[in-house]
Amino acid sequence: MPAVEDLLREATPQVLGMLVQRHGQFDACEDAVQEALLAATVQWPVEGVPESPRAWLVTVANRRLIDAVRSEHSRRGREAAVAQAAPADALLAPAPEASAPPDDDTLKLLFLCCHPALSAPSQIALTLRAVGGLRTGEIAAAFLVPEATMAQRISRAKARIKATGAVFSLPPPEQRDDRLRAVLHVLYLIFNEGYTASSGTDVHRSDLTTEAIRLTRTLHRLLPGDGELTGLLALMLLTNAHRDARSGPGGVLIPLAEQDRSRWNRVEIDEGLRLVTDALTWSEPGPYQLQAAIAAVHADAPRADQTDWPQITALYRVLSVIAPNQMVTLNQAAAVAMVDGPAAGLDLLIPLEQDERMARHHRLAAVRAHLLEMAGNPAAALIAYREAARLTTSRPEQRYLEVQAARLAAKAFDSP
Amino acid sequence: MKYMLMIYNRPGFVESLTDEERKYVFGEVDSIMAQLTESGELVGGQALADPSNGRTVRLSGGQVAVTDGPYLEGKEQFVGYLAVDCESLDRAIEIAQSWPDIRLGGGMEVRAIMDDAGAEM
Repeated sequence: MPAVEDLLREATPQVLGMLVQRHGQFDACEDAVQEALLAATVQWPVEGVPESPRAWLVTVANRRLIDAVRSEHSRRGREAAVAQAAPADALLAPAPEASAPPDDDTLKLLFLCCHPALSAPSQIALTLRAVGGLRTGEIAAAFLVPEATMAQRISRAKARIKATGAVFSLPPPEQRDDRLRAVLHVLYLIFNEGYTASSGTDVHRSDLTTEAIRLTRTLHRLLPGDGELTGLLALMLLTNAHRDARSGPGGVLIPLAEQDRSRWNRVEIDEGLRLVTDALTWSEPGPYQLQAAIAAVHADAPRADQTDWPQITALYRVLSVIAPNQMVTLNQAAAVAMVDGPAAGLDLLIPLEQDERMARHHRLAAVRAHLLEMAGNPAAALIAYREAARLTTSRPEQRYLEVQAARLAAKAFDSP
Repeated sequence: MKYMLMIYNRPGFVESLTDEERKYVFGEVDSIMAQLTESGELVGGQALADPSNGRTVRLSGGQVAVTDGPYLEGKEQFVGYLAVDCESLDRAIEIAQSWPDIRLGGGMEVRAIMDDAGAEM
């Protein structure tokens, strides 16, 4: 019943926003909305979708909230307080359908769920549930943990929000930019979690990319003037466009240079290109826009050997200045090697190899292996591929790296 | 990141503990499990029955042979595991360090669990 699912996910932040607006208590309201969603998935397919789905959900969630408040009060033996604390009539009043623009509510919810006091896994889980309308079981399946574990993470996150005293409102202007960056980062993490899994067979996980794009698109509609948000949406679309080409039978990873570009999703590429090109004309370039611009250059090349590597190198240079980070350096090294030769790329890796954490990262060994092979040093490349295969904790990556190592080992055996 | 914390100890070592020690150790285990549940880090965990109840299956002379007991006749055996989903290897090590078997002469192996997800190379 995908139509009902879409409807529910779309309505979730609006319904929750209305409830929190009226009653406060994000924690209890969020539970009530989840129960209303559950009721809808049971009833709608049988009884039909109500005329106003949102009003239906608000009414049911309101009722669940009263029930929860009542049982909480009776549990504490203060039944009498119910009348004062939660006037039933007010709670049961019909939903003010379309009275207030629910858009602001979605934004407030995202700020709340991505509160800096929460750990990244908590931010992700809460965002998917409270804003995305996903059920705890679905989120648990996507992150491959038991439902009880995920439920615990979510309730802990909500308790944390309560403890910080964070309220359902837009952050003050001086914090707004930082808080929005935090929201973008969470959306990026959700996308990545799904995208990296899309080579596998787990549909629950790859569904996260769709969800991340949907949420980012919603946010972009609310804040079309944010360059980085536009860049993030473009980056997601340009990356997701490779989805059908990035892995072969059995989930074998296919590197960018070897992908069948006719299988790239043109619709996503065109939209991504349009978004990033436009954003770069009016916005200060930020990390997401630059990464999207790099993805756009790749998308522009009909064949891998027609890639405009000087342009990509230039973009990485800017990126390494405005957002220096070791992963950026790593990608930059691979790009520089395409322009100035493998030795120049390998030079860029030297500082990374001196960093203790980075030295144990499989991607460093993988890039080194690739550049050593380019440099005509298959023996050293073989060692580096084997090291990378040992260090990675990703099965598809390990398989890819082992195949590379086996290829070089076979060559070494063949040559006299 | 998910980690498997594999617990090794001498089978039947619990027998060598006094009642008080035993009660204390079980209390410790309960409290760690409760903490890991509360923090949303616990993925799973089980104790294994005594290795003498186990069977080992392996190829022997082209035939699949089943033998009684564990594969390795070591002093220490694999007695149970914890699976956690936590922030970092350091955190997984911290959990392992708090486990009572360590103090009681056992050992714990902390291993990352492979992921089916993979980034574009």
